[in-house]
Order: sequence, then C-alpha cells, then structure tokens
Amino acid sequence: MSYVRDVGALARKDLLLELRARDTLPAMLLFVAAVFVVFHFTLPGEPSRLETIGLLWVAILFTALLGLGRAFVPEREQRTMDGLVLAPCDRSAIWLAKSLATLAFLLAAEVVALPLYALFFHRVGVATVAAVLLADLGICGVGTFLGAMAVATRARDLLLPLLFLPLAMPIVVGAVGASVVSSPGRYLGFLALYDLLFAVICWASFEYVVAE
Amino acid sequence: MLTTRRLGKRYGEKRVLRGIDLALPQGGFLVVTGPNGSGKTTLLRICAGLAQPTAGTIERGAARAQVGYLGHEPLVYRELTALENLDLYGRLYRVAERRERIGMLLERFGLWEARHERVASYSRGMTQRLALCRVLLHEPELLVLDEPYSALDEAGAELLDAQLAELRGERTFLLATHDPARVETLASGALALAT
Repeated sequence: MSYVRDVGALARKDLLLELRARDTLPAMLLFVAAVFVVFHFTLPGEPSRLETIGLLWVAILFTALLGLGRAFVPEREQRTMDGLVLAPCDRSAIWLAKSLATLAFLLAAEVVALPLYALFFHRVGVATVAAVLLADLGICGVGTFLGAMAVATRARDLLLPLLFLPLAMPIVVGAVGASVVSSPGRYLGFLALYDLLFAVICWASFEYVVAE
Repeated sequence: MLTTRRLGKRYGEKRVLRGIDLALPQGGFLVVTGPNGSGKTTLLRICAGLAQPTAGTIERGAARAQVGYLGHEPLVYRELTALENLDLYGRLYRVAERRERIGMLLERFGLWEARHERVASYSRGMTQRLALCRVLLHEPELLVLDEPYSALDEAGAELLDAQLAELRGERTFLLATHDPARVETLASGALALAT
C-alpha cells in the first residue's frame, strides 16, 4: 500500500510540474496536430487505410518520443534525482510514477490525434483504440526506463531514440497488425504480453539505472 | 554510526579519495575540511549512500530513511512551492504529522510567509533554508551536510547554528566546511583532506 502512495506522490509531482512549466504537453499536442495536417496535404489522392494506419503509428511513436525525451528533464536540470534516490521508497516507484505521468501526456495527445486521423483519413475502430491503449503502456514503460538511462549521458538526445526505436518495433508490429486485420485478438495479446514482460524487466532493474 | 576503512574512490584514471579511515560514533560531530578538489563532496556522497567507493569498506549504522543529506544542490523542484516540495519529501519519508512538522520547520527557517511561492522565485539563501528544512524534515539520525552555510546570510547562519547546537549529541553529524571556526565549539572531531 505504501508503494502505491509513493507512486501517487511522485506522479502527482510530475503532473504538477507539467501544469506549472508546460514544457511537454503543448509540444506533444502541436507536434501530433502538425504531423496529421502535413500528412493530409502531402499524401496523394485517397490513401488506403493500410497506408494511413502506418502514418498514425509513426505520429504516435514520435509524439511519445518527444514526451519521453523530456521526462527526466526536471531531475536533470535541477539535479533532484539524488533526493529521490535517497528517499526510502522503492526506487522502481520513480519509474512507475514517471511512466504514468508520461502516459497521461501521451493519452492527452492521442485525444487530439485520433479525431484528427478520423477527420483527415479513415474511421478509427475499436481494435485500433485497444491497440493504442496497450501500445501506450509499453511505449511509456520502456521509454521511461531508457529515458532514465539516457539522461545520465551527454548524448542523451541521440541515445534515447537509438535505444528506444528498436525496442519499440514489436509494439509497432503488434499495433499495426491489430489495427488492420479482421481478428485482432492475436496482435492485442502480443501487445499485452510485451507490456507485461517489459514492465517486469523495467520494474526489477530500475534500481540499477539510478544507483551509481 | 559510521565507519570507513581504507576508503577510496576513483573516477576513471583520476583518484579522488585514498585510504580514508574514519569512525564516527553515535552523537558525534565530525568536521571535514580541505581545499577545493580534495574529495570532501565525494566522501560525503559516499557516506550518504549516493555513491559507491571503489576501494575499502563503509559501514553505516543508519538506514536510508535515517540519513539526511544536504549537498551543493538543494534537491528541490523550482516549479513547486516550498510546501509542495516538503510535502512530497514528507510523503516519501512517511513523516508522521507531516503538515505540523513542515509548518514548524518553515516557521523556524523564516519561510512561512513564502510557503506558497514557487522556489524559482526564491533567493539562493531562501533556497538553502528550504534545503535545510528538507534535510531536517524526517528527523534523520545521521546528518551529512556539505557546506551548509553556503548562500546563507548572517541571520540564516545563526538559525543554522542554533539548529545544530540543539541537535548536537542527539544526532550524528558529518559536516564539510571551508569555515571550521564556525562549528569548532560543536565538533567532536575533525578530518582534514589534502589534494
């Protein structure tokens, strides 16, 4: 129970910081809206559903990357990670809280992205929404973990995409698959399995990422 | 409370600490001095549990929850208010009667009136006072203080003097300073590091 309270306190802190600084969410919203407007005017004729679903996932992935790149900026710029690491809570609570905050920002961006996709291209089905939700969990969990690793390095802006994009490929495969086939159960199951596997890995090993 | 044997620390090829032996009993007050680059901050970070030695051993008689660390950075969020920062740490350290304790510390360090202001609007001295509130919030057994007087004006320094004198003997202190005369009446021992 105390673990849940720690996660709640840390996630609340991240949401408050964003509410005050407005560094991440406006950038994500603008980016995802701009991407769909650009796609709308650059794609020739009537693009097929298969083509545009790929674009939807490109937009979601890079919007998430924008948020993930900023996830640990307050801790880096204000050097507050020492304070969190010294606190007697389980250090994985830092990862989980940061993942939840990033998930909230990503979901907010998708509240804009999915209607725009429907407006410019094709209707969004239930399977696509389910795939988006499951993919978000994996993207935020893995991305936050890698963001914490990258933030300690000088080449963090380069390192995060380099580490994250290969690991996100299974998510893209599962999500695109779930969005285009008539029976998406197998792909949604694959996404859920990915989320579970990487959540356990990140939860168990985050301690070693933040400890010297 | 704190014992190190042949403690050493290297960053790559650079040796920062070598062969540090210290024994700090419960209730002791050890003052660490030395010129810039002598390894004071590294030693204190190791003693607080923020860094690992590359040689030797360290035995800490206090759990992580019982260590209070003040470093060169205040470890508070600039976009949060003093109250929000202390509330966060109070929750993480499971401080009993958190609100009362936070209110008491903010009043003692002269920050009560500014408690709803964002730390970004604080002067350096006010931020250092808030950092001291953060360190004292959970009533730690072992206080590791790196240059605690830096940025404090005379009033702030006197407040800190009084706080240290009040806790002297009840808590264990490891304090690094360039001004050992300020705490010489409190100190039970000294460690001088050389470059």
